[in-house]
Amino acid sequence: MTPTYYLLLSALLFTIGAVGVLVRRNAIVVFMCVELMLNAVNLSLVTFARINGQLSGQIMAFFVMVVAAAEVVVGLAIIMSIFRTRRTASVDDSNLLKY
Amino acid sequence: MNLAAEVHQASGVAGAAWLLLVLPAAGAAVLLLGGRRTDKWGHLLGSATVIAAFVYGVLLFFDTTGQGTEDRLRDLHLFDWIPVNALDVEFGLRLDPLSVTFVLLITGVGSLIHIYSIGYMSHELRDRRRFFAYLNLFVAAMLLLVLGNSFVTLYFGWEGVGLASYLLIGWYQGKDFAATAAKKAFLMNRVGDVGLALAIFLMFKNIGSTQYDVVFDKIGQQSTGVIVAIGVLLLLGACGKSGQFPLQAWLPDAMAGPTPVSALIHAATMVTAGVYLIARSSPLYSLAQAGDARLVVMIIGAITLLLGCIIGCAYDDFKKVLAYSTVSQIGYMILAVGLGPAGYALGILHLLTHGFFKAGLFLGAGSVMHGMNDEGDIRRLGGLARKMPITFITWTLGYLALIGFPFLSGYFSKDAIIEAALAEGGTRGWIFGGIALLGAGLTAFYMTRLLILVFLGKPRWENLKSADGRSYHPHESGPTMTIPMIILAVGSVAAGGVLSGMLPEWLEPAVGKLQEEHGPLSATVVSVLTVVISALGAGIAFLLFGRGEQPVTRPQRVSFPVRAARADLYGNHLNEALISRPGVWLTRFLVFVDNRGVDGLVNGIAAGLGGSSGRLRRLQTGFVRSYALSMLGGSILVIAALLMVRFA
Amino acid sequence: MSAMLLAQEAATHVTTGEAVAFWILGPLALAGGLGMIFARNAVHSALFLVLTMLSLGVIYLVQQAPFLGFVQIIVYTGAIMMLFLFVLMLVGRDSSDSVVEVLRGQRLWATVLGIGLAVLIVAAVSRALSSVKSLDLAGENANGGKGNVANIGRALFSDWVFPFELTSALLIVAAVGAMVLGYVDRHLRGRRTQKELVEARFRGEYERPSPLPGPGVFATSNSVATPALLPDGSVAEESLSRLIDATASEKLDEERKAVAGTLPGPDSRALAPGKSDPGKGDLG
Repeated sequence: MTPTYYLLLSALLFTIGAVGVLVRRNAIVVFMCVELMLNAVNLSLVTFARINGQLSGQIMAFFVMVVAAAEVVVGLAIIMSIFRTRRTASVDDSNLLKY
Repeated sequence: MNLAAEVHQASGVAGAAWLLLVLPAAGAAVLLLGGRRTDKWGHLLGSATVIAAFVYGVLLFFDTTGQGTEDRLRDLHLFDWIPVNALDVEFGLRLDPLSVTFVLLITGVGSLIHIYSIGYMSHELRDRRRFFAYLNLFVAAMLLLVLGNSFVTLYFGWEGVGLASYLLIGWYQGKDFAATAAKKAFLMNRVGDVGLALAIFLMFKNIGSTQYDVVFDKIGQQSTGVIVAIGVLLLLGACGKSGQFPLQAWLPDAMAGPTPVSALIHAATMVTAGVYLIARSSPLYSLAQAGDARLVVMIIGAITLLLGCIIGCAYDDFKKVLAYSTVSQIGYMILAVGLGPAGYALGILHLLTHGFFKAGLFLGAGSVMHGMNDEGDIRRLGGLARKMPITFITWTLGYLALIGFPFLSGYFSKDAIIEAALAEGGTRGWIFGGIALLGAGLTAFYMTRLLILVFLGKPRWENLKSADGRSYHPHESGPTMTIPMIILAVGSVAAGGVLSGMLPEWLEPAVGKLQEEHGPLSATVVSVLTVVISALGAGIAFLLFGRGEQPVTRPQRVSFPVRAARADLYGNHLNEALISRPGVWLTRFLVFVDNRGVDGLVNGIAAGLGGSSGRLRRLQTGFVRSYALSMLGGSILVIAALLMVRFA
Repeated sequence: MSAMLLAQEAATHVTTGEAVAFWILGPLALAGGLGMIFARNAVHSALFLVLTMLSLGVIYLVQQAPFLGFVQIIVYTGAIMMLFLFVLMLVGRDSSDSVVEVLRGQRLWATVLGIGLAVLIVAAVSRALSSVKSLDLAGENANGGKGNVANIGRALFSDWVFPFELTSALLIVAAVGAMVLGYVDRHLRGRRTQKELVEARFRGEYERPSPLPGPGVFATSNSVATPALLPDGSVAEESLSRLIDATASEKLDEERKAVAGTLPGPDSRALAPGKSDPGKGDLG
């Protein structure tokens, strides 16, 4: 058992999030998958902080959380706005911008 | 080179030779730019500039004769015209016996015809000014043509006279045939001009200059191929301008212009530019290597002189018969200059005498038409001798000069050419001499026919009306028209005798010494033979047309030769078959290639891109998840590449 | 030899307790992630994500990051995920995904690429960091000295103050942006104001210019179900509410009869003093 295991866990979580973004159609679930990916990255940062013996990694993780919060607020507002006009939360239904 | 005589800088009287160009050019400019304000005095100004130029020409002539024989070859540098790297064309004048001779001819005949035009154009007061402007433009351009001291300057004048000719042939632009004739003349001249331009290009490429002195100095060092090519291309230019076979068809149609134009441009001066060109290039044609080119020149001349005679026999249009006569007489000149040193002076001599009598004949024709409601069909004329005595007498003198009546102009110039052609020696001599002799007989025949049908016989016009419904009231023309005719008639009678003795010697600095060779027949025999044959032709004409009634309309049931001659010996058909139609086919083919090939390629590329883009854009499905998938794929590729670099 | 042993020792610095925690929390987090992408219902997905995030929060605590651990639990799991659930309820919690995938090959390729990505990263990490030496956060400026939270605070407001201020600006922009996106101006959607409605009524765009008559709540009755009477004593049909009519129709029939005088009674007498001429009744 070494701290590297945390990194492997982070990689797996990140991959799960990425696959989730690709296969799920509900915009909110897609968003949650993005959150999972961000969390995976945070885990990496925290682990790096521990390995390097410096707090910078934790501070980066803190900033990621702040930015994620902002992103969630705006993203959910966009999803609400789309839902109000199109009565759907599926990312496949918003496909007007195409050939 | 016997002609590499030194070229001197002109000074004194000759230093003002630019006046020759500036005077008529200024006249043209004033008349064209001045517009209607110059209507009242425009014709006087136009005539005055040309007369002034003539006066200066005479001064120049005496100035030239005042020089020693060695010093008569002079250049007048005016300014650097095209100083571009290797190409350095100077705008200069060549003042030598040849050009001075032409200056006298152009300004002399030009002055007479300007004066004549004052009377002739009196029916068209509104446009007379513009007419004189064009005439002045022509004189300026023609003087530039003969005076320029390089081929480029010559080409400038060459195109200038082409323009003036176009404008004047199309003078009656409201009429279809005039507009068409103008276009035809312009286009057929272009064919010849291309030849001249190519010749100039060849000179520049191989010799590096277009100045006469440099070109003639170095032409001898060129290969035979280049010399023959330049010679033949120059000949092509000459054919276009002088109405020689195979480009002769425009000249008869050019008679659509007013008669003074026909007399000045299409008889006396411009159409002889081809002869001038070949005489001017005599250092080239005299070379031994240029023998083939000269042979081509002679063949062209012989064909043309015969062709002109034959067609001239069949036509019923007064001016067109004269036009074909011009064609055939220029054929004589070309034949003469094609003979080389034995013929340059003779060609120029015939050119001068022809300038006199043919201008006189045309002016006579104009006088007749002026008095006969512009009627040009000789079958509707007849018996005009008593109505127009002066015209009749002057015309008859010109006629006699043309057919070579003993001791008139034509006798000296044409006989000399026939004699020189026979003296060429061998089969060649017999062929060309025989053709020239035959031509003399035919000339006598058709000119006599013309004389009888127009001036003698019964007045067939008495019971006819002209096309616009008026009846004919023939009358003698006014003094502005008759005086030039009288002067020209005097010239027709005397010029040959006066000039034949001095001209060869006079021209020697320019075209070389006249090499008289004696053929199988002595000069006396040739003279007698020519006169006899001419008399024979005239006699036949008298027998055919002098007696009995002549039909007012043209007989339609005629033999094949007449039909062929009436159709210009199928010259137009030939041109059409050889040049027009292949040109059209080539154009169509090129259009096809352009449409299908070039456009097809371009459009094909465009369509290919469009089609593939149309398919590629299907990748833009609008589904965010597809895009995300591609992003993930791309990211994996990038990561894989990084890892390969890092760990491989 | 000794260096390798040292490295080995440093690499295996993790305590047994932490290993036990990892082997419990790691699978839990993974299970949460997988559950999230496999759950058909969006709410279930959100709850699975909460599980993962809680696990991660505990892992942060274990990994000597107490501040982040609590922030993860309080802010992420507590606030952000609740926001997610809130929006899910707004949008409609029954909007579960259909099983049918509309994009051809999307699932297959997503799986393949996902496995590929995992393999790549796992390989890279395990190969690059297999023998890494963990320094741990015992230093004066890390978790030593005044402790983790105080040190983070000092770093944030000294070394990282400019990025920190930028994030504050970002948060404000995000809040304003969310308000702009969420705000709906009804007036812009064509709803009329009261003034416009009045003018439209008097222009004749509606059936009647005045409001509908109120119910007959007078001395005899205090029920809105009572119809109003017109001056001639007849029932004003417009005063009847369809809704109330539907719920109490029998009752209303009797009321009507009473008002019309067909059902004699003291109350209705008062409304219609003259039997013969109810139209002259004093309705006051």
